[in-house]
Amino acid sequence: MNVSLILIILLIGALATYTVGDKFASKVALLFGLVSLGASIVLLNHYNLGENIGFISQWISKPNISFALQADGLALAMLLLTTALTPIIIFSTFGNEPKNPKTFYALILFMAFAMAGTFLAADGLLYYIFWELSLLPIYFIALVWGNGDAEERKKAVVKFFIYTLAGSLFMLVGFAYLYQKAGSLLIEDLYQLNLSGAEQVWLFVGFFLAYAIKIPIIPFHTWQANVYQKAPTVGTMLLSGIMLKMGLYSVIRWQLPIVPLAAKGHVTIMLILGIAGVIYGSIVALRQKDLKKLLAYSSLAHVGLIAAGAYTLTADGISGAVLQMIAHGFVVVGLFFIAEIIYRRYETRVIADMGGIRSQAPKFASLFLILVLASVALPTTFNFVGEFTVLYSLSQVNIAFAVLGGTTIILGAYYMLKMFQSVMLGETNAKTFADVTANEGIVLVVIIAVLFFFGLYPKPIVELIAPSIEGILNQINRIK
Amino acid sequence: MNTLIAIIGLGVLCLVFEILNLRKAIVPVTIIGLLAVLGLNISEFGATQSYYGNMIVVSKFSTAFSSLFIVLTIFLVALGHNFYENHQNKISDYIAIKVFLLSGAVAMVSFGNLAMFFLGIEVLSISLYVLAASDRLLLKSNEAGMKYFLMGSFASGILLFGICLVYGAMGSFDVTEISELSQSAELPIWFPIGIALLTVGMFFKIAAVPFHFWAPDVYEGSPALTTALMSTLAKVVAMATLYKLLSVMNADISDAYKMVIVAVSMASMTVGNIMALRQTNVKRMLAFSGISHAGFMLMTLLSLATSASSLLYYTTAYALAGIATFSVILYVCKNKHNEDITNFHGLGKTHPFLAAVLTASLLSMAGIPIFAGFFAKLVLFTQTIENGFIALVIVAVINSIISVGYYFKLILAMYTKESNEERTGKPFLIYAVAFTAIALNIIIGLFPSLVLDLLG
Repeated sequence: MNVSLILIILLIGALATYTVGDKFASKVALLFGLVSLGASIVLLNHYNLGENIGFISQWISKPNISFALQADGLALAMLLLTTALTPIIIFSTFGNEPKNPKTFYALILFMAFAMAGTFLAADGLLYYIFWELSLLPIYFIALVWGNGDAEERKKAVVKFFIYTLAGSLFMLVGFAYLYQKAGSLLIEDLYQLNLSGAEQVWLFVGFFLAYAIKIPIIPFHTWQANVYQKAPTVGTMLLSGIMLKMGLYSVIRWQLPIVPLAAKGHVTIMLILGIAGVIYGSIVALRQKDLKKLLAYSSLAHVGLIAAGAYTLTADGISGAVLQMIAHGFVVVGLFFIAEIIYRRYETRVIADMGGIRSQAPKFASLFLILVLASVALPTTFNFVGEFTVLYSLSQVNIAFAVLGGTTIILGAYYMLKMFQSVMLGETNAKTFADVTANEGIVLVVIIAVLFFFGLYPKPIVELIAPSIEGILNQINRIK
Repeated sequence: MNTLIAIIGLGVLCLVFEILNLRKAIVPVTIIGLLAVLGLNISEFGATQSYYGNMIVVSKFSTAFSSLFIVLTIFLVALGHNFYENHQNKISDYIAIKVFLLSGAVAMVSFGNLAMFFLGIEVLSISLYVLAASDRLLLKSNEAGMKYFLMGSFASGILLFGICLVYGAMGSFDVTEISELSQSAELPIWFPIGIALLTVGMFFKIAAVPFHFWAPDVYEGSPALTTALMSTLAKVVAMATLYKLLSVMNADISDAYKMVIVAVSMASMTVGNIMALRQTNVKRMLAFSGISHAGFMLMTLLSLATSASSLLYYTTAYALAGIATFSVILYVCKNKHNEDITNFHGLGKTHPFLAAVLTASLLSMAGIPIFAGFFAKLVLFTQTIENGFIALVIVAVINSIISVGYYFKLILAMYTKESNEERTGKPFLIYAVAFTAIALNIIIGLFPSLVLDLLG
């Protein structure tokens, strides 16, 4: 049993969803999503027992490319994030199905397939292919099922596609160059390379363009808010919950260990960029009138902090970044779902049109408040664990960074609570607001349960990722 | 060699069918005949053999490329069934010309003598002139044929001049002799000049900047099926021939010559892509996209010794995507006066299958993974970096990004606009060709070794 099973399940799931037709598409998709989650848990179990669950086989002889999948703790953690969020995201659409459901759900599963592949791939080219492949389904999801004016949506989505493709093509050039050097693109061969300082800087820049656009890091973020706003909620969840984690994961897995010298030389610049994102995102979020846009900018602030954590090149920073990636993945999916629930009832995303919902929907208000508090890293939530570790690692580099990075919590609390206030509190709204349905409740409760469980007991994840991160750090600090 | 004879025999058979009044059977019979020829051709794959005093040399290179040409011709003939529906009384001419064109193409990659090379290119070109002007009541088609003929004959003149100079320098038309002589230390100045002229002539045929001016007008004016032929088969043939010409004559590729190739390659990509961005006519857009692809293919000339298989892969990927694209265009723009992008509005809703095929083939051309176009570019980039032309690769990458802009214009038109007209009928052959071409493209995308290992 090895990790290729997950990919097979997701791919077959996508095909099956498309073939069963519109009527059962959502249920089949959910089924395959859950099966893949179950399979990943079984694999995790095998991994913990010390079995090798990687997979490798020759794919192309010239150039020498292998179909290689690896599954260390880090990759498994990200795989679990993907396979756990996919059924949640699919389930969140129940009771509110989109038009042409068979294509829609097939695209979701296909995207999960591509993203899982990105996390697992251990050959540069395979990784690149999965990386690019994940762009196609989200492009169509956002384009066809998105909301708002078609012309504007088109502009936003095409900008997103060209932007991210442009970035990743520079990564491809980087891989082509690495292939010349190593004669293979297997990650362990790339780790062995001894590259000169100048080469490392060029490769660092090539990788950085790809990742900075995907994550996004300032000043490459301009696509983000518009796409988040225009995409359907499912698309936004996939983008913010999982896809941008691909960029962060890739920084840790590919960029830092392959070009450690360049990474060490640019710690300060990277931290400044990351923290600039935190402050910029928070300030812009304060002024947003559209709920989804506000969440988009808050997401920008959070990932800025995660990126800063990863670029500190310390054990705390990287493991904090990974923890926060997972925590943020769950919380942001929850928050976007909240926005969707409100939209289903009020058909608006403008914050000023809301207000006074709490008295009509107390259950919804409590769930929403918990998610808001989690997103501002209240202690006992998973986000606190991640954000605190990252801030601690920043303080080890320079206390000023930690102070500036800490504004994410202060400003975050301010704009999130202000938003909560204007959306939920105030005089009872004239329009009726039905409380959460059973389906909606399940999604939110599951997300909150995960956040609290790992907030109180983060040990399993910390232990899962620790050995991989140690390996990566050894790689970064290896003696030249 | 047998392939060539069989193809010519098949062409004659097409004309005989006209006499026997069997026009209905002509498309299926030609397809079956070409499949048999394909089998024959594949059976010849292997050791190098020469015929008729080295006039024709059958090598792995020539058989591999001939197979590609035959496959493309099969697709084009199959598309002809629907395209020439209203011209039944001339169908045998159209099909026969395509088959003869194929014989020219095969001769062009299996020549062993420059005379044979010129013969091949003329057979191909003259067939193309006729096909370009074949919609004889339409002014545009006449214009296209005329333009193509004038420019084409001019290029043929340059080619002949080049051949003469090479002969003057080497005293032979035979490429093996030329190749041996070119090893000697002192080469007459006529030889490099002759090679340069040959290159210029072929640049014209593949429509590389700055010899590309004919392409957009001719593509737009010609009947759509002829455009399909020009942009897939003719371009691939010309590129393979240029490659063979330079590698087989052992022409000394000096640094100065390489710089010219780099410049032409960069210019073709950039001009082609930037002009394509502004087009609203799909045929014109694909003409410019073809110019930019020519720029990509020219990168193979920088590493002549090793890049035969990557050229084969690139041309296969490009031509298959082109065939799939054109089969959809032929369907959508049938009975239309133009190929404007508005014709594609709403295709995603009315014909999801054709829209998916067109999307896939455009993605392949743009170089998105799992489609063959991606590996084609990847292999090309790797090879070019290996030879130290990083700047060229970076220009190529930037161009790949630009190209997404116009390929996506078409995709967006299909999926975001509302349809404004009824489209009826599901012509089997068009669907079959579209499906087969894109399926082959994806298969060689998933298993690139199938093609990449062919030429060692």
